[in-house]
Amino acid sequence: MSTLNKLAAADEPSVLEAVSDIAKRKVLAVQEYARLTARALWNVFTQPRYTADMLDQMDIIGVGSLPIVLLTGFFIGAVMVLQTSQQFERFGQTALTGDVVAIALVRELGPTITALLVAGRNASGIASELGSMVVTEQVDAMRAMGTDPIRKLVTPRVVATILTVPLLTALADLIGMIGGFLVSFMELRLNPVQYWTRAVDALSFGDLMQGFTKPVVFALIISSVGCYQGLTVRGGTQGVGRATTEAVVVSSVFVLVANFFITRIMLFIF
Amino acid sequence: MHCAYNGWVSVATPATDSPVVSYRDIRIGFDEGEVLRGVSFDVHERETKVLVGETGTGKTLLLKMAAGLVRPNSGRVTVLGHEVSAMPEQELLDFRRQLGVVFQEGALFDSLSVRENVAYRLIEEGADLEEVENRVREALRFVEMEHAIEQLPGELSGGMRRRVSIARALISRPPIVLYDSPTAGLDPVTAQTIITLILRLRDAYGVTALLATHRIQDAFALANFRFDAQQQRVVPSATNGAGSEESRRTSFLVLRDGAVYFTGDQYAVRDSRDPYLQRFLV
Repeated sequence: MSTLNKLAAADEPSVLEAVSDIAKRKVLAVQEYARLTARALWNVFTQPRYTADMLDQMDIIGVGSLPIVLLTGFFIGAVMVLQTSQQFERFGQTALTGDVVAIALVRELGPTITALLVAGRNASGIASELGSMVVTEQVDAMRAMGTDPIRKLVTPRVVATILTVPLLTALADLIGMIGGFLVSFMELRLNPVQYWTRAVDALSFGDLMQGFTKPVVFALIISSVGCYQGLTVRGGTQGVGRATTEAVVVSSVFVLVANFFITRIMLFIF
Repeated sequence: MHCAYNGWVSVATPATDSPVVSYRDIRIGFDEGEVLRGVSFDVHERETKVLVGETGTGKTLLLKMAAGLVRPNSGRVTVLGHEVSAMPEQELLDFRRQLGVVFQEGALFDSLSVRENVAYRLIEEGADLEEVENRVREALRFVEMEHAIEQLPGELSGGMRRRVSIARALISRPPIVLYDSPTAGLDPVTAQTIITLILRLRDAYGVTALLATHRIQDAFALANFRFDAQQQRVVPSATNGAGSEESRRTSFLVLRDGAVYFTGDQYAVRDSRDPYLQRFLV
């Protein structure tokens, strides 16, 4: 080996150093994410508050997501009845349709599907908007004018998402049950009173707690991941595209992982 | 027609000798390597310090350090007696109200109108809306952009955006203004308009400035011309030679390979036979 090659080899980090470096970066990213989320939540309790910005975001996130959430919720409920009706007919238990639709929607499908839709639509939107502001130095300009970007940009988005996702989930649950009812009425000739009575009676306090705790946690995940990805953009417009994709992927995976743990805890409590 | 801008202290007030911005042994590096290696210099009251250097030599980093937007890995940055390199972010947010920053591409908030952009800082401070409107119009008149008050930044040309950015920076009448490549990417006529505005802020209102550029002709324009408040126009500076009050008002600092390569006035730059400096003079 020539002297030059030996020098080049000496400069290259070992595998252990490379792995250690990656691990340090990941730990640092988790630490930064946790600090950003904590500060965004802490800002809720301190002045100044950007209420107008929060209302704007509620409109963008809540009202903007409404059509897609309602449409999806309706067809999820309808398909669920189509899929389960054959099995219920085999055992002569079509009366249980309302129970199944209500429990599945309120406990699992409503919160999870709504969260995934909001993640796809808004985590990406938040990341690309904040990312564009970072690469065009608008965030630096904001800091230079004495405004805390976390207070101005992150907190309103986090609070708006936490307030709107549970409402969207409730509407998705309701529309899903209506979709299920229409299919059960037309396909199974199920009595409307029977469907709705069983659907409402099937739901316990624990189901509702589960159904409305999840959206709050999911909303925090979606908004904070979107903001973190946006504010840590590196590499110009290409970086904005990368951050947008990662915001959707990371928040969706976090939602599904969190769903497991919340379900486990809720089943333990109730 | 130039419009006066009310604010700031009178230029008749004597300047103090102590530096208003001071960098001491500044070092900063990233994954790609060390960008600044022990940079030290001072900016005195009412002085315009022009940072010249090729792309990637750390000019913007030095400006951002003065505003506390970037922290050095080591070294001290002191502005108006405050060590900004050691201040927590919450204290910096208040402190930055004493600085005006003009970013390279303007960095205007693209979802806000020109009026909202310029008024931003005053609205954040909770100023009276009538006062905000008056001061916004005054600042926009100063940069001759009052006609665009309702427009969005996306509807403006590069030069217009830069002028609005200057109006936004001067709305709080800061004693120090930081300009990051204010003429980059502009045609010569528009670039001259921006330089004229910087001259007016310096000569009519005594603003201390730190200006990063890779266009040496801008630096020479700042050194060789001054704004005459009585005539309300730009006139050639008195040619009193090196060491004169005129020459001290604008000083040059050339960065190379992360270190200060040269400091001096326009005469020292012009007379230098250094090959690296000559590259900027061509």
